[in-house]
Amino acid sequence: MTTTAAEPAVRKNSPGAAPSGTPRRRTGRIRRIGLPYLLLLPALVLELLVHLVPMVIGIVMSFKQLTQFYIRDWGTAPWSGLDNYKVSVDFDAPVGEALLHSFLVTVGFTLLSVGLCWLIGTAAAVFMQDTFRGRGLLRTLFLVPYALPVYTAVITWVFMFQHDNGLVNHVLHDQLHLTDEPSFWLIGDNSFWALLTVSVWKGWPFAFLIVMAGLQNIPGELYEAAALDGAGMWQQIRRITLPSLRPVNQVLVLVLFLWTFNDFNTPYVMFGKAAPQAADLISVHIYQASFVTWNFGTGSAMSVLLLLFLLLVTGVYLAVTSRGRRTADA
Amino acid sequence: MRSIRAAATGAVTLSLVLAASACGGGSSTGGGSNDSPKTLTYWASNQGASIEIDKKVLQPELDKFEKQTGIEVKLEVVPWSDLLNRILTATTSGQGPDVLNIGNTWSASLQATGALLPWDAQNFSKIGGKDRFVDSALGSTGVPGQDPAAVPLYSMAYALYYNKQIFADAGIAKPPATWAELVADGKKIQAKGKQVLGAEGANVSENIHHIFVFAKQHGADFFTADGKPDFTNPKVVDAVKQYVDLMAKDKAIPAGNAEYAQNQSVSDFAKGKTAMLLWQSASANLKSQGMSEDAYGIAPVPVQSGTPGTGTQVNSMVAGINLAVFKNTDNLDGAAKFVKFMTSDEEQKILNKAYSSIPPVKTAQADAAFTAPANAVLKDTLARSAAALPQVPDESQFETAVGTAVKELFADAAAGRAVTTESVKAKLEKAQQQMPAK
Repeated sequence: MTTTAAEPAVRKNSPGAAPSGTPRRRTGRIRRIGLPYLLLLPALVLELLVHLVPMVIGIVMSFKQLTQFYIRDWGTAPWSGLDNYKVSVDFDAPVGEALLHSFLVTVGFTLLSVGLCWLIGTAAAVFMQDTFRGRGLLRTLFLVPYALPVYTAVITWVFMFQHDNGLVNHVLHDQLHLTDEPSFWLIGDNSFWALLTVSVWKGWPFAFLIVMAGLQNIPGELYEAAALDGAGMWQQIRRITLPSLRPVNQVLVLVLFLWTFNDFNTPYVMFGKAAPQAADLISVHIYQASFVTWNFGTGSAMSVLLLLFLLLVTGVYLAVTSRGRRTADA
Repeated sequence: MRSIRAAATGAVTLSLVLAASACGGGSSTGGGSNDSPKTLTYWASNQGASIEIDKKVLQPELDKFEKQTGIEVKLEVVPWSDLLNRILTATTSGQGPDVLNIGNTWSASLQATGALLPWDAQNFSKIGGKDRFVDSALGSTGVPGQDPAAVPLYSMAYALYYNKQIFADAGIAKPPATWAELVADGKKIQAKGKQVLGAEGANVSENIHHIFVFAKQHGADFFTADGKPDFTNPKVVDAVKQYVDLMAKDKAIPAGNAEYAQNQSVSDFAKGKTAMLLWQSASANLKSQGMSEDAYGIAPVPVQSGTPGTGTQVNSMVAGINLAVFKNTDNLDGAAKFVKFMTSDEEQKILNKAYSSIPPVKTAQADAAFTAPANAVLKDTLARSAAALPQVPDESQFETAVGTAVKELFADAAAGRAVTTESVKAKLEKAQQQMPAK
């Protein structure tokens, strides 16, 4: 953040602003200030249409009693005040209890998934730093899960997780004899681990890609100097690589967190409309609360609560990490 | 800089509020019109083995309709996984098809939204009158006492499909008529190394169809007479337990079927892995999977004792597809003509033959194709021993809540956990609590 103060000074001396005379300088100034906004305008308009308007409508809906009797003309649905929210957070009643359960499952799932994605991605990126034969091929191979269409990839995993003739049971049970009986992966408690496996498999290449890009920016001299000072590989990673990757990691972890927490496709393709208790992620849970039970008001209220939670987490996360960085800069 | 940012934020907020309020009204246009008399949009449900097959079946008929009336019908075959969502979205936005297929069990739920054209006497007169249709099919067109929300198009019933070869190998002379016989036959079939009975344990709707029949056979209903959920009624609990026990206790349904939801049980049956299957109008599906019609027999679904009939002798739901008209269509007359065309004797025969279903139109039922042995069982069941699923506005919620409960019970059974009266009751109690408050 220390560089921002210097920026205007640099700009004033830039060639575009060089000719003297106040009117021209003023139009130039307006152009300079206006141009970024002009360039942002198309994105802003689309963002407004595609994201913000539905979001605001969703917030409005959360205050309405929007059931099947009103969806045809939902302007006439009666206002319900905070009732939808009360139902959602009444953790002693079945609806709230189910939401809380789903929320806790999602938190656990997200922490594990993001942690593993980051760990595997970073480890792979660090090991792929040195040039060796076939590195390009391996890097490409690692990116395959990220490049595959979600539906195709997940449905393939579903086939592999099948009880009777899935590959996973074939290997674990028939060949390695690790289990007494073939396990169920798509129903019951194991479904959590099946979901986590697919999520990590799908997510780590992104972490790998970003960390790999971040590593390119660390000057080689640092490692050479460290090696001269007698630092081993582990020390180099700890003292040079990880601190240098800090800004990259800050964004990476946040993005992974938001994606994983909100992931709808993976659980929906794996389990359909009625997810097993153990893998009842909040996005599918809310979908079920609104679309399957036709109560869009409660569904919207749950979505708004989710939005607030994610905003809070993001805000706290950014505040903490950027404060950390400021102290580091100072 | 700061003031510009503030202004920009203000502008964004303001436009958001404006946009939201502009969109907030929803559509309030009530009835339909005849503004575009030359075209119709038709959403068909997926009745054949694939969407492509449906298009091949329907397109020639639609061309015929265009020739007769000059109205072009734009066809879209919507997969079952999307159909209800698409209908709900169309209902909310007012941007939907003119004519559409609905699962007949959704009739009361969709009727409550007010999006579908009610079939009053006047509308029925446009298509030849209400009494052209059989009563059992009309029983699944909406809440009793109200004008139907749709007209019956295809009727189906559950039957017991059994593999003749496996039965012969196991020394079973005739298909089981009661559940006790089915379980006893199962032991003989298992001795020959085959699976006994296929089921879609993770398919919420299939679960509902079966436990509905079991509940009827136990003399119970899922809803009280005034439409309140009554899932924890001891008889209902017994009924659900009896169905799940086919896996948990009797081992007739293989444990692996607990995760089936994509018609894998039909494939298993077609491949000769399982000896029996409870399914509705499976012939066309089995044929497309390469099972010849001589290889299997069709018998009525078992009962507790005696023979199928009404009351506790019910052995199938009234399954089927209804044809509905969106109330805000801009081709009201054309839509009525199209419904008349689709429910005409000739089209009923062609379409129901193609889909191995039974025509809900009395005069079309008399055709020889529907009195052949394969269809005779289905026709008899529909006529004598089938009952309509509860026609209440909360039917969709009921299917989801209770169907999911049964899915979880199957998961318990598959994992070797005990399924007891208490555990069944607990799951049903949870399902009941999820139903909308009255």
